[in-house]
Amino acid sequence: MKLKSRKLKKTTVIDFATYIGVILAFIIMNTLKSQGMLTRSLTGQLIPICCYIVMAVSLNLTVGILGELSLGHAGFMSVGAFSGIVAAMSLQSVIPSEALRLAIALVVGAIFAAIAGTLVGIPVLRLRGDYLAIVTLAFGEIIKELINCLIIGVDEAGLHVINATGTKSVNDLGLSEAGRVLIKGAQGATGTQTIASFTAGFILIMISLVIILNLVRSRSGRAIMALRDNRIAAESVGINVTKYKMMAFVTSAALAGAAGALYGLNFSNLVATKFDFNTSILVLVFVVLGGLGNIWGSIIAATVLTILPEALRGFADYRMLIYAIVLILVMLATNNPQLKALFAKLIPVRKGENVNGQA
Amino acid sequence: MEFLSYLISGISLGSVYAIIALGYTMVYGIAKMLNFAHGDVIMVGGYISLLSMSSLGLPWPLAVILAMLVCTVLGVVIEGLAYKPLRSAPSLAVLITAIGVSYFLQNAALLLWGASPKAYTPIIAGSVKLFEGQLSISYVSMLTVFMCIVIMIALTLFTGKTRMGKAMRACSEDKAAAQLMGINVNRTISMTFAIGSALAAIAGVLLCSSYTSLMPTTGSMPGIKAFTAAVFGGIGSIPGALLGGVLLGIIESLAKAYISTQLANSIVFAVLIITLLVRPAGLLGKYVPEKV
Amino acid sequence: MARLKSKNDSPLVPMPSDAYIPQRDLGKTPVLEARHLGIDFGGLTAVDDFNLVIGRTEIAGLIGPNGAGKTTVFNLLTKVYQPTRGTIMVDGYDTKGMSTVQVNKLGVARTFQNIRLFNNLSVEDNVKLGMHNQIKYGMAGGILRLPSYWKQERIAHERALELLSIFDMQDMAAAKAGSLPYGAQRRLEIVRALGTNPSLLLLDEPAAGMNPSETAELMENIIKIRDTFQIAIMLIEHDMNLVMGICEGICVLNFGKVIAKGTPDEIQSNPVVIEAYLGKKKEA
Repeated sequence: MKLKSRKLKKTTVIDFATYIGVILAFIIMNTLKSQGMLTRSLTGQLIPICCYIVMAVSLNLTVGILGELSLGHAGFMSVGAFSGIVAAMSLQSVIPSEALRLAIALVVGAIFAAIAGTLVGIPVLRLRGDYLAIVTLAFGEIIKELINCLIIGVDEAGLHVINATGTKSVNDLGLSEAGRVLIKGAQGATGTQTIASFTAGFILIMISLVIILNLVRSRSGRAIMALRDNRIAAESVGINVTKYKMMAFVTSAALAGAAGALYGLNFSNLVATKFDFNTSILVLVFVVLGGLGNIWGSIIAATVLTILPEALRGFADYRMLIYAIVLILVMLATNNPQLKALFAKLIPVRKGENVNGQA
Repeated sequence: MEFLSYLISGISLGSVYAIIALGYTMVYGIAKMLNFAHGDVIMVGGYISLLSMSSLGLPWPLAVILAMLVCTVLGVVIEGLAYKPLRSAPSLAVLITAIGVSYFLQNAALLLWGASPKAYTPIIAGSVKLFEGQLSISYVSMLTVFMCIVIMIALTLFTGKTRMGKAMRACSEDKAAAQLMGINVNRTISMTFAIGSALAAIAGVLLCSSYTSLMPTTGSMPGIKAFTAAVFGGIGSIPGALLGGVLLGIIESLAKAYISTQLANSIVFAVLIITLLVRPAGLLGKYVPEKV
Repeated sequence: MARLKSKNDSPLVPMPSDAYIPQRDLGKTPVLEARHLGIDFGGLTAVDDFNLVIGRTEIAGLIGPNGAGKTTVFNLLTKVYQPTRGTIMVDGYDTKGMSTVQVNKLGVARTFQNIRLFNNLSVEDNVKLGMHNQIKYGMAGGILRLPSYWKQERIAHERALELLSIFDMQDMAAAKAGSLPYGAQRRLEIVRALGTNPSLLLLDEPAAGMNPSETAELMENIIKIRDTFQIAIMLIEHDMNLVMGICEGICVLNFGKVIAKGTPDEIQSNPVVIEAYLGKKKEA
């Protein structure tokens, strides 16, 4: 009984530290912001950072906890962003409260991304390893191109949606006089009212954390991790592989959708090509550098790596080069046996920490 | 006639994909890693050949050879510095490193050669006109298809007949067993990277000759497409890379012509997804179930 | 070893299907009935015409030289492979078309020759994963931490420790499964399988890598498990002392075919078996 309480403490302590860290960071940043002590560029980055944190945390559910490599996470962000924009903009006259509209947009974004996640997940999760990775990449690109072809407008009769492949243009929407075009194909969403707020970003992070951390510590989360560790053994104890893979994948997609909606409502102009393969990779880098399955690691990696290119602004053109070199060096330092041993000598291991990993 | 010309441009494009895919598939087969930097080696090959022709004034065959040499060295150096230390690391760590290398190459090219697209003069100009000028086939397309076939035959002979080629196949089957048989695994892997990168240089020249422009990100999309082609044909298989590349090129070209320009890539990817669902290891790949 | 006497109290009696089950299990539906079971891998027959009946509380042994197809039989019984021919009845239900998960829910649990634990999870979580289908709360219950979550997790925790105590492993509950010593990993696999509440437990070389004293302890524990849970156990094992010591019925496999069936005494004196297997292997 004693042992159990000690073990419970360890995971709950980490979870609580994560929550408290996020809350403190929010309070500090919010105070600094209201005092006008943040640089303009950092203030502008607060909401994107929140979005990327949620992206990283949600991708960690697929990559770190379920153990399947996804290279198309930005696709779900994109679905969430554009469905969220459409929801928020078309409800503009119906719901005057910005906060409520934002909340609805996030929910709509999450739902649409969850639907996309389900549709993608059914074929994708039948594949394994690198094949699964390439197919998620393919789906990410497909989503990007499909959204790139969408023209959506709204008038008193409701939403008008057409596919812009071929020669169709905004004029084919058939909008009335009072109608407005929300998404213009390759030009993306223009004239979006930016209702995203830092507070909403903070709340979204907290909700994502509650969902993922509680899921991981529950029966379902155990099943998901069991699939990662040993699929065949998981089946042998009666765990439904498809069900739990889908659960992780769709939850991950839904959170990415909510993050996308928040992101979309932070900019007055947004194009679908923003959410391409490179964005998926960017988020994957957060997850890997933060540590697979390590939620607070993802939060820190997403924050630092979103600020870093800005902080390196002084290096002008060299900043992405430096970023690339840092990325390679970090991967080498954390994964090369000799370098790892060297670091272990330099930095004494904390008491009670497991060193078996190096054997 | 129109169809025929789309088909021919598809085969030509597909041959470029196939040459790139051969590099991908060989590296994957032996190192079991997705080398995302492979596409950027193509771009480097493009720049080197362009500069040696325009600045050094070399004739194109020499420019191609110079590009191949530089890319070969680049490939071996990348492998030695970035991938070799991670031989026993989890595959995700290697993947991220490859992405880092890709960023590095793109941004280094950006600094060296600027972001704006450079005009690339095709290494051979002109075209053959057939059927009273209704169908024109550029010499570049013909050269591309010809090179693809030559490379394919050479690689098949190399992996089948030579000592090094057999060592490569042995390493891709079972590295530990190959080592026990006295094969120098590290050298074999370096050699694979060298060949793959030399092929990337050729692909770079051919790709730029048909697109006639070049910028630091030129390699990434063809890289991803070629990787798709390799998976489509069955990754690890040399004939698979050829088949996958050519089919992908044809599908892309026909989709652009008859369905939609904007959705051409989506159609290519959709075909890949459907193929993998029916044949989980690609067209010519062998599916090995997990042993219990 | 005193317990072993029960074996002698219950001589095996024939069943209609040329099978033997202990006298005490006669009135009840056999836990397993495999008839004419066979599987081919690309034209190569790995197992053929495999017939076996196991009584409700029987300890059965499956032996044979390396490559005889023993693990393949386990993989067929647990539907890792779908059989090419024949039927498998578990508890009287035909398992035709069922998946590994469904067969497990019917009551078949197993361990693996090459240990397959959830290495990054704690020992306790490994056992709780065995109990996965007995823990009744869903995704929402877990995320929102509804009362059902707290109640079920508490019950699961207590049950997990209780199961671990069979092998005296409750003190290791918080350790990572992958960090356990080899023998403990084998025992944890058995505990995890027991967590699924099986009526038939399949053990694939449970004593592999164990020293004689560990093996002796394992033998006692296998009997203890059978007696406590009143379940049937079938094991693949190369250690003849273990097999002959605790199995009531033994089935000998060679080249994918059953070459002999019977009690340990019958098997030991069967010339076919001696020639195929014991003659060469017994000294090990």
